Amino acid sequence: MADNNNLIVYCELEDGRVADVSLELLTKGRALAKRLGVKLEAVVIGSNLDGVEDQIFPYGADVVYKVADKRLSPYTSNPHAAVLINLFKEIKPQVCLMGATCIGRDLGPRVSSALHSGLTADCTSLEIGDHTDAKTKKEYHDLLYQIRPAFGGNIVATIVNPECRPQMATVREGVMKKEIADAAHRGEVINLDPSKYVSDEDFIVEIIDRQIAKSKVNIKGAPIIVAGGYGVGSKENFQLLYDLAATLGAEVGASRAAVDAGFIEHERQIGQTGVTVRPKLYIACGISGQIQHIAGMQESSIIISINNDPNAPINAIADYVITGDIESVVPKLIKYYKKNSK
Amino acid sequence: MSLNIIVLAKQVPDTRNVGKDAMKADGTINRAALPAIFNPEDLNALEQALRLKDANPGSTITVLTMGLPKAAEVIREAIYRGADNGIVLTDRPLGGADTLATSYSLAQAIRKIGNYDIILGGRQAIDGDTAQVGPQIAEKLGLPQVTYAEEILDLADGKVTVRRRLEHGVETVKAPLPCVVTVNGSAAECRPRNARRLMKYKYAVSPSEKAALDAARQAFVDERPYLQLSEWGAAFIEADPEQIGFPGSPTKVKTVENVVFTAKDARRLDNDDAQIEELIKELITNHTIG
Repeated sequence: MADNNNLIVYCELEDGRVADVSLELLTKGRALAKRLGVKLEAVVIGSNLDGVEDQIFPYGADVVYKVADKRLSPYTSNPHAAVLINLFKEIKPQVCLMGATCIGRDLGPRVSSALHSGLTADCTSLEIGDHTDAKTKKEYHDLLYQIRPAFGGNIVATIVNPECRPQMATVREGVMKKEIADAAHRGEVINLDPSKYVSDEDFIVEIIDRQIAKSKVNIKGAPIIVAGGYGVGSKENFQLLYDLAATLGAEVGASRAAVDAGFIEHERQIGQTGVTVRPKLYIACGISGQIQHIAGMQESSIIISINNDPNAPINAIADYVITGDIESVVPKLIKYYKKNSK
Repeated sequence: MSLNIIVLAKQVPDTRNVGKDAMKADGTINRAALPAIFNPEDLNALEQALRLKDANPGSTITVLTMGLPKAAEVIREAIYRGADNGIVLTDRPLGGADTLATSYSLAQAIRKIGNYDIILGGRQAIDGDTAQVGPQIAEKLGLPQVTYAEEILDLADGKVTVRRRLEHGVETVKAPLPCVVTVNGSAAECRPRNARRLMKYKYAVSPSEKAALDAARQAFVDERPYLQLSEWGAAFIEADPEQIGFPGSPTKVKTVENVVFTAKDARRLDNDDAQIEELIKELITNHTIG
C-alpha cells in the first residue's frame, strides 16, 4: 500500500460525474499538499467507476483510490463510512477534505467519530500554519487551519486539530475555485477490493425510492444575480425580483432570512449556509446584510444595495446604494434598462 | 406497539435575529442580547416523535439535553407540547466540548437511558450549524443513521421508513430499529403547547432549580414526582474523563475574530428617476449589463 501522511479528497459522484465541489476541493487540496510537501490523493466510491480517474487527474491528484461495488451506489452512510474508516486506518492521511453536501455532512461525522479525529464543518478558508497550545506550550507545525464562521456568521473561528489525524474539514460548493492544474497530468490508480473494506452488514439501510432532479437553478455560475432578503416582504413581492432578473438575464438568489420566511426555495440561498457566488453584478434587494450572507457574496465585482434603511449593514460593502422601497425602485430599474438597452 | 423514543434537544442563542446590539464594542458577542431558544430543528424532531407516539399509544418520549442547568427550560417546553419526561445532562467537566466530545457524552447518557427504539434530533443547531452530533452519536452507539429526514412515513416490523430531503430531491429509505434520525427544518412544524399540560407541568424543576426555591415550594415538588426533572452529571453516565469536555475534544479553537469587511465608498442614490436611469446607463456603458 502507498505511503502515509498525505492529503486526501473524498470525491462525490453525481450521475457518474465527479461533483463540482470535489473538483474545487482537489484544486485547493493540491495547493495545500504542495505547501505540506505531500501527495494529493482522491478516493472515489461507487458502482461503475471505469475511467473516473480521467476527471480527477487534471486537477493534480497523484493517486486515485477506487472502490467499486454495485451496492455502493447510490450513496448510503454505513458502507461509504466503512470504506473510508478502513482505508484511513491503512493509509493514515494527515488531512481529509469533503464537500459540505448532504453526503459529506452525513459521512464526515461518522468517519471522524470512528477514528476519533476532529472535523470542522463548512469551512470558508483552509490554510497551513503553526500552532502553540496555550496551556502546554507544545508547538505544532504545519497544521490545517480550518476557518469557519460561527454563531450565525457573526464571528470567524480558526480551528485546529493538534493531535488527531486525519484533520477533517468539509467545505460548501462554490467556496473554493475549481481550476485544472494540467490537462495531461496522470497519476496512479489503485483499485481496492470492496470486500476488504465493507461488509455485508454495513448495507443496513435500504433505499426504496429516489426522486433526484437535475438542479434547475444555477446561481453559482450566473454573471448577474438579483437577490432578495427578508425586506422583500413576501413571496408575491419576489415576483418583482424575478421580473428584474428576466429583464437583465440574471438569476434570483436570496438570503437565509428570506428562505426561512418561506419566500423562496432553499436552493437559491446565498451565504455561509447556502451557495457562495462571485457574479459581476449583485443586486441586493431588501437584504440587511447579516455577516453569514455577506460571506457568500462579498467577492461580487459590483454590488448594488436597494434598501429603505439607509444604514443597512450591507451598504458598507456596496458600490451603489439606492435608498428606497423595493416595490418602487425595482420597476424603475426595469423601465430604464428597457429604455436604454437595444 | 409502544415505543421508547429519545428526542435530543439543545438550548441555543437565537443567532438568526442578531441585532445591532448583539456585538459588543470590543468585538465579542453580547450573549445577554440573544435570547436562549429551543433549537428550531429539534422542535421539528419533537413533532415527528409526537406523531410516532400518537400512532403508537403507550409510547414514551424522553427529551435529552446537554448544556447549562437552565437548559431545563427546553425540557419543560417539550413536556408542554407532549413529551413525557426529560433529562438535563449538565456538569462542569462536560463543558468546552466540541461535537465529538458532545456526541460521546450524549451517547453515554443514551446508554444509561437504555432500551430505546428510536433516537430523534434536529439536523443541526443554529449556534454551530455543524450537523455532526447526530451521525456521531449513531456511530458511537453502533446504530444506522438517517439524516435530512423530512417525514417518518411508517414504523412497523422493526423498521422505520423515512423520506429525506436532499439538495436536489427526495429519497425514501428504510432503516432497522433502533436508529438515529435527524430532522430537517422543512419537516412539519411542532404542535403548540397544550394548555392543560402547561398548567400541570409549569412547576416542573430540575434538582438545581429546586434548590433555589423556598422550602414550601420544594415540599410541593417533593410531593409530586411528575414535577421532578432529572439532572445527570459526568459520573452518573460513567463518562471517561479523557473523552469529555475540553480534553475529549480533538478540535481546538485557535483564534476567534469579529468579522470585519472592507468597507467601500458607496455612491448613494435616491429613489429618483434621473439618478436611477443614470446608473443603468453607466452599467450598460461599462458592459456590466446588456
